[in-house]
Amino acid sequence: MVLLGTPNAESSRLYALTVTEGDPSWAGALAGVALGLPVYHVMEEAVKTQVAPEVYEEHVALMEMVLEAGDIAQAVQEVRVQTGQSD
Amino acid sequence: MKLQGKKVIALGERDGVQGSAIAACAHSAGADVVLQTTYCFV
Amino acid sequence: MTQTLEQPVIRGVRFFLAHTPGLVRYGSKPSRDIARDVTIADAIAAHLRSYEAALAYPPNRAFLGHIHPDTLAAMPQPWFTSTAPGTRWGAHGEIMPEEEFYGVLKICDVFDLVHLEAGFVEEARAALSLHPLLTPADLERLGTGLPEADIVTQCGRSTPALPLYLRNGRLIGCMQAADEEDASLAADVLLENLTCKASAVMAMRTLLVQEQLDPLTLPYVLNSGEEAVGDRYQRGGGNLAKAVAEMCGCQAATGVDIKGFCCGPVHALTVAGSLVSARVFSQVAVVGGCALAKLGMKYRGHLQHDQPILEDVLAAVAIVVSADDGVSPRLRLDALGRHTVAAGSSQKAIFEHLVSQPLERLGLRFTDVDKYATELHNPEVTEPAGSGNVPQLNYRVIAGLAAMRKEIMPAQVPAFVATHGMPGFSPTQGHIASAVPFLGHAVDSLRDGSLQRVMLLAKGSLFLGRMTQMADGMSLLLERNTAGSSEEKKR
Repeated sequence: MVLLGTPNAESSRLYALTVTEGDPSWAGALAGVALGLPVYHVMEEAVKTQVAPEVYEEHVALMEMVLEAGDIAQAVQEVRVQTGQSD
Repeated sequence: MKLQGKKVIALGERDGVQGSAIAACAHSAGADVVLQTTYCFV
Repeated sequence: MTQTLEQPVIRGVRFFLAHTPGLVRYGSKPSRDIARDVTIADAIAAHLRSYEAALAYPPNRAFLGHIHPDTLAAMPQPWFTSTAPGTRWGAHGEIMPEEEFYGVLKICDVFDLVHLEAGFVEEARAALSLHPLLTPADLERLGTGLPEADIVTQCGRSTPALPLYLRNGRLIGCMQAADEEDASLAADVLLENLTCKASAVMAMRTLLVQEQLDPLTLPYVLNSGEEAVGDRYQRGGGNLAKAVAEMCGCQAATGVDIKGFCCGPVHALTVAGSLVSARVFSQVAVVGGCALAKLGMKYRGHLQHDQPILEDVLAAVAIVVSADDGVSPRLRLDALGRHTVAAGSSQKAIFEHLVSQPLERLGLRFTDVDKYATELHNPEVTEPAGSGNVPQLNYRVIAGLAAMRKEIMPAQVPAFVATHGMPGFSPTQGHIASAVPFLGHAVDSLRDGSLQRVMLLAKGSLFLGRMTQMADGMSLLLERNTAGSSEEKKR
């Protein structure tokens, strides 16, 4: 599976699509290549709850405060739904 | 979705969460990080 | 600072912009895409700006010191729709049109690798003869040029020369390779390195002349760019610094390159300050040439939004660090922020090392720094391409860290960002965009007292070179000079 660290909803959506359906911009090596990999963002609840709290605090917490964490999580979840992945 | 025992690709971004930071999180959740990169777009 | 050490100061800083729409095709992203699909060249050509538009562009005006970056916040966006006309020379440097920059390229070329068409040479000579920083000896180096047919022939050989165009597609010359087989001496590599040299030379000449610094009193020049000058056996041999020193009349100087990805200039300032502090040299120059490879880097996003291609300028900087003169801003070498090997790569660790630790050392709070100068990439360039607003992100992280340390309330984060940060305005020219674009304004404000403290922070993406997974970072604190007494020297 893929864990993303992208900083906004749009790039999160692009990366999530690239590792599932294929590069949506049709520009890179993964254009037209459907890897179909399960994809999550490291700031999603489903991931966060499994990470040791002190590790998350040190490595992600600050960015979660600074970035639009909700929009990012929603963008990646929408790609999972769109590509038929179970959550 | 369980990370424990899974093989993970960590795609980080310099201006978001970097690859090694994602890897640290994945490790702590019992996953095996098989690829870790960080992108820089400026 | 103990009495045996000298206090280094930022004596002066100047910038240089060359508006080079004709070179956008040779940026890394455009050139790779054009090689795959030649019609992209037409799409790019249709979105290149005129010199007048680049001149008037508010972020370029902030870069050259016409306006303060803070004023961009109130300007209607997109900034490229601004119709207020610009002028060539700002307080901190000029923006040169491509017709003249190709001439400067030829002037800086000491191996006869740049060939210009004869008619174009005369046009360039006429324009450059009016330039305050070029001499008759420089203009001699333009030569007489070649017939256009010869240029075309050179571009058609088995090891072709790289054709050089203006924005309107006119062929005005070519760039030769220096060797048919050595990849490090290929035409595109040499073009990148020569534009680096030429732009750094113009920034340095601007600084020396406008700050009335005698080039003969400069013993050492540090170049901090990301180019690689060398040949097959020593691909990154370097010392472009000395080549720049030679072209600026620094006959008593030698130099060296300080390489650190985008963090290079801040590392170089640290080294320069340390040499002055230890009285090894009375003053040291730090230069940084442009990043040709980054022209048109985000062009796809600009085309998608049917907006002008904004990465059409090459940028360079020149700084002189000298001994305390009683008026110039002090470099606090006792408050360096370093991202160490052990620090780890989380954003929290990076910013703790760059911001929290040096401030703690001086007993200061985050709010005691009036302005932070981080990566100052123009968001109008990066946002259409999906790469976000880099300065704003950096400022939010600093503010977020301040909130985590309970120095400010979370609700005060936006105000902190607005007060202690600034809108991005720098061309996305790599190491040039990292902290130093604000240095001109910083020096002015620290001199006149409108600012007391400025922190420069830069980061380097070392991992891109595939030798380490690490990033790097360095920070420097500048403060207003309150001496102004017996140490003051006449300027």
